[in-house]
Formats: sequence, structure tokens, C-alpha cells
Amino acid sequence: MGTHLPSTEFDGTAVDDQREAEAEAVLGAPAEPMVQLLGPDGVMGRDPVFSEYADRIDAGKLRGFYADMAAIRRFDVEATALQRQGQLALWVPLTGQEAAQIGSGRASQPQDYIFPTYREHGVALTRNVDLAELLRQFRGVSNGGWNPKDTNFHLYTLVLAAQTPHAVGYAMGLQRDQKLAAANAAPDQPQEPKAAVMVYFGDGASSEGDVHESMVFASSYNAPVVFFCQNNHWAISVPSTVQTRVPLADRAKGYGFPGIRVDGNDVVAVHAVTEWALERARQGRGPVLIEAFTYRVGAHTTADDPTKYRGSDEEDQWRAKDPLERLEKYLRSQDLADDAFFAKVKADGDELAAYVRRTAHDLESPDIRTAFANTYAEAHPLVAEELAWFEEYSAGFADQPPAGGAGSHQAATDGAAN
Amino acid sequence: MTTMTIAKAINEGLRATLGNNPRTLLMGEDIGPLGGVYRVTDGLIAEFGPDRVVDTPLAESGIVGTAIGLALSGYLPVCEIQFDGFVFPGFNQITTQLAKMHSRSNGNLTVPVVIRIPYGGGIGSIEHHSESPEALFAHTAGLRIITPSNAHDAYWMIQQAVDCQDPVIVFEPKRRYWLKGDVDTESPGASADPFKAHVLREGTDATIVAYGPLVPVALAAANAAAEDGRKVEVIDLRSISPIDFDTVTASVRKTGRLIVAHEAPTFGGIGGEIAARISERAFHSLEAPVIRVGGFHMPYPVAKVEEDYLPDIDRILEALDRALSY
Repeated sequence: MGTHLPSTEFDGTAVDDQREAEAEAVLGAPAEPMVQLLGPDGVMGRDPVFSEYADRIDAGKLRGFYADMAAIRRFDVEATALQRQGQLALWVPLTGQEAAQIGSGRASQPQDYIFPTYREHGVALTRNVDLAELLRQFRGVSNGGWNPKDTNFHLYTLVLAAQTPHAVGYAMGLQRDQKLAAANAAPDQPQEPKAAVMVYFGDGASSEGDVHESMVFASSYNAPVVFFCQNNHWAISVPSTVQTRVPLADRAKGYGFPGIRVDGNDVVAVHAVTEWALERARQGRGPVLIEAFTYRVGAHTTADDPTKYRGSDEEDQWRAKDPLERLEKYLRSQDLADDAFFAKVKADGDELAAYVRRTAHDLESPDIRTAFANTYAEAHPLVAEELAWFEEYSAGFADQPPAGGAGSHQAATDGAAN
Repeated sequence: MTTMTIAKAINEGLRATLGNNPRTLLMGEDIGPLGGVYRVTDGLIAEFGPDRVVDTPLAESGIVGTAIGLALSGYLPVCEIQFDGFVFPGFNQITTQLAKMHSRSNGNLTVPVVIRIPYGGGIGSIEHHSESPEALFAHTAGLRIITPSNAHDAYWMIQQAVDCQDPVIVFEPKRRYWLKGDVDTESPGASADPFKAHVLREGTDATIVAYGPLVPVALAAANAAAEDGRKVEVIDLRSISPIDFDTVTASVRKTGRLIVAHEAPTFGGIGGEIAARISERAFHSLEAPVIRVGGFHMPYPVAKVEEDYLPDIDRILEALDRALSY
């Protein structure tokens, strides 16, 4: 096994040694080391650059990280159960990636704008998105479910990597906003806080052309954007070793901006690195690629079966690096949290799960008229014509209310399709 | 009223919209100092600077994708795709993202992106430079598609596209870029609604519907038919999505015969949609089947034989003869 994918983090996964060796021969120097502050043993280390950022995290914030990670894991368990019970069409589990998401999400500021892929439930929590709203898409009552303008947390995107150029474009817009504001500002007018954009994608999506094009654009225009790649090692059933010969973070060199691999199961390091990158972007110093080296403990979605494509020994090795357990060890060892705290976190998680379950059951099916209404922003004669036909057709079912979930044959068919 | 070419009219339309709205910006390959491969953006970077006229990397998905992000952050991007056949690397962004963002956000987000695509053949060019892919986009709900055929429309339609809250694709008939016409820069007049068809010539015997590059061909065919005593009505569709079926229906109710002409392949094209709709709307007025005149079911052929591919006056007259033979 070569040096580019650290063997200690990758034991048990099939790696093509020859390809590794070839990559090393081409690249010469070994990969940049991975930033880690809080190890799996619960001991906090030091880093010459990022400890300065980690030192900003006080005990309360650290307990908050734990509470967030526990909450989102409990939510994940509940959503998985809801899918198994037929209440959701699909679920995308995040278990194992809590530190990557909570650490990065908590490093963002309200004025920043976040573009997620479709697994960023933990980031959504940090942006104050109602987690029950997240289930709308998976229950088939919406293709979105929340208003991104409320929290600066964009809708989930199912087409892999399609959101990455959106993020760069949004960041280019922020650049222009700042120029316009500076040009129009009165001398004593307080300045708006500067903002950055963060975009999430996975190791699988990193193979998509849109990631490449968005990084070219980000570099060309020095856009204030942070690319946050969660390398969870599996693109459904294809391991990351098939996606790349080099650490994904190293790809940033080719675009001319920094790439950092961080231990994605270390919430402290993730937070520190992300805060550094976002501050840098807000200061106008350009993009950064962060590769959070983590692991999807469960399935890609509830539709696949990891036992078909990977061994349980690999999963066990990663469970030993669990992000919650290591933070609990640290909090206890430093007397920063006690049994009562952990009991409260558990109770809060159960309460959240109950809320989500209750709310998911109550999510109402939309009226298909909302789809007619939202296809275009402005009036459209074809939509109007088809809606008129639908109204007339529906009115023919005298004893049933038209559309809107249960009722007409049309609505029942739509429901099945969803 | 001034006279200018279609290319110049679009240039002036872009200049007007850049001047009127500080949030409008242009982006595309070679649109800066070069002024675009057809010089449609000539001189604009000197006037508005590189933040407003953005020379982009050569990456169509990146152009459309970043335009979506700019629109989400409150800007009004106008993208230039250099040639019709090169839009496909951006097809994913246009059809899965741009077209659906408003709908999937339940109306909370709008993405007023304009995409300009020079399209169609007749310029003796090489592969991928002469295609007419409008039907592929018209089939996608959420997009609007317009195509000017004269300088006055070109001047106003590009500005109307920028003003529209929905994504708009402007297919520009590249072989007509140098066609001159009168432009009233003070008022759009009858062109105030870019999604309304125009009756360019009145008639009672048959209707020809065309758009973009084939409008002059349709008019010439109608003139030729007039020499034989046939009064042919000609409609410039102008908007491919939505289609102004009311204007077409009214014409067919008067003439009883309809020919639809476009450069794109006939099969699965816009002509088929018009034929079907008119059959539903005006079946009892039709004296003959709706006849389509279009390209063949083949990749756009090499330039040396494109004259055999492109619908011309004779092909439209042949269709007219068939329609009148019923």
C-alpha cells in the first residue's frame, strides 16, 4: 500500500497497489498529512496552524457539538425506521459523518450560503432547518421542502455535483455585491458582514465534470467558496480507490488553491479547518478544497445493501474511530460533561425523534395545482390550458373532491408514482 | 427608427439592458475583447468592464451552472453558447437544474437566466455548428424559448428575455445575423409580448408557420405562390415555448390549410406539436392534413450537401401543392 492513501486509515479496503505506486512515481512527494486534533482515543493534539482555531472552541460549544452530533444520529435512526415502515420512499443515512457535518456547519456564519448535496442532514441542523421539513422530499410531498432564503441553506440536489457550479456562481454574486456596496456606501455607513459560500459533495461526485468546471471557475475568478468534500469512501458500491489515485484534497493543487485533508471524524479539526477556510474566503483570498476523510457506516441509501460490496471488518475499523465516542471520552476526561449531560442529550434526541415521527406522519400531500402554479414564475398559456382541462376533468367526478391527495383516480395515480 | 443587422440589434439590446440594470451581466467564451465569434457582444466589455462582460473558461456546464448561482444571488446573467452543437455539455444544467429550480423550490426561488444560442445551418460550416436542437429544450417544462427573425424583434426580445423571471433560451438564427431591418429603439410596438406570434402576411388559401431562419423563406414562398394566384398567410411563431396556438388556430380557421416549416428534423419536432394541437383545436376547419416541412432524420449533413437538407422555397411550395390538392 502506498503513502497517498494512509494505510492506517484505510486498512481492510481493497487498494490497487500498482496504481498507488504509479501515482507515487508520478507525484514524487507523499500526500500532505491529514489534519487531526482529537484522536480516536479522546486525546487532543496540537497543530501549528489549526490549533489556534480550535482554541476558540469553548467548553459550551464543545458540548454543543456533541449534542448536535447525537441529535442528528438519533434523527438518522428515526428516519431510517420511518423508511422501513413505508413512511418514506427513501432515506439517505449519514451515520458516521456527524463530525464532518456538524463541525463544518457550525463553522459557517448566518450570512454564508450553503449548497448541500442530499446527505447533509447534520449541516441542515446547524442552519436551523426544521428537520421534519427535510423529510418532505423523502416522503414524496415536495421536491424541496424548505425555503432556502430563510436559512441560507439551499435545497438538496440529487443530480451529483450539479450544485457545485451554482455555489461558485453564487460566490461570484457575493463578490459583485461587495463591489456594488463599496461603491455606493456612505463613508460612515456600517458595512455588511462579508459572506462566503460552502458547497458539499462526496467522493463519488468528485468524478463528475461539474466539480472540475466549478473549481476552474472558482480559481479563475478567485470566488469566495469552500468546497467541502466528504470522502466517505464509497460511491454506492464503488470504493474511492476507483475514483481517484491521489488524495482528493491534492486535486486542489491543479486548480491553484489550497486543498486540505482533515480527519472527518474529528469534529474539532473539521471545525477549525472549515473556519480557517471560510474566513479566508470572506477576506477575498479565494477558494479552498477541504476533504473530510470519513466513512459512511451504513448504506448509501436504504435501497442498497453494503454487505454485497464490503466487509464488516472494514466497518468495524471505522466504528472504532466514531466521532461521538471520541468526543465523549474527551469531555469526560476533561470534566467538561457529566452523566447528567449525556442523559439529557439522549432524552433530547428521543424527543426530537418523536417530533419528527409525528410531523412526518402529518405531512400533507400537496394539491397538484401547486405544481401547475410553480412550473413557471410568470403566467404561461400552456400551463393555464392544461390546468383548465384538469379542473374540468376533475369536476366530472361529482362525488369526489378533485386532486389534492386521496380522491380522484388522477390523484391516486400521482400518489403511487411518487 | 434606425436600420441595423440582427447581430447589431442584439448587441444594442444587450447594451441597453446592461445600461438599464446594474445586475445584468454577460458571460460566455470569447465574448470579451473578441466580441464573440459572431461579434454580437462587440465593444461591450470596453463599455461595461470585465465584471459585467465575463470572458469565461471554455466550459458550457460551468457557464450555465455558475449563471444559475449568480441568478440565485440576485443577478441577471445572459450566457452565450458559442454554437448550437456545443450546448450539450450544458444540457444537464439547463434541463435538470435551470428548468426546475423554481418548481422544486415551491416557487421560493427564481432563476432568471438567459441563454443565447446561435442556431441553424446555411453558413457552410463544419460538424456541430449548424444544428437546430430547440425541440429538445421545448420538451422541458420550466424553460421558455424564443427566436427572433428580424432586427426589431432581436433588439427587443433579448431585453424582454432578461426582464422575464423565468429562464429563457434565445435561439438566434445565425445565418440571418447579417440581415438588415428597421428597428424602433423607442418602442417595441407589436413586439411588446415576445411570446406572441406575428401574422406577417395575410392570406385565405393556406397558412405557413415558420420561425427564426425560415421566416424569410416562408415569405418568399408565399410571394412565389401569389404569382400563381394563391393567397398564403405567413406566421412568424417567434416563441417556441410557449407556442401562441391562438394565433395559429385563428389563421387555420380562416385558411383551412397549414404548413409548418423549420430546419430541425421533422420527426419529433415542433412542427409535430403544432400539427397535433391544431388537429385538436381546429379539426373541422382543416381541409387537408397539416403538412410539416423540416430536416431529415439524420445528423446535420456536411456543408457541401446542406442545401439538399435545408427546407427551401421549393420544398415549402411542394408542401403547399400537396395541401391544396385535397
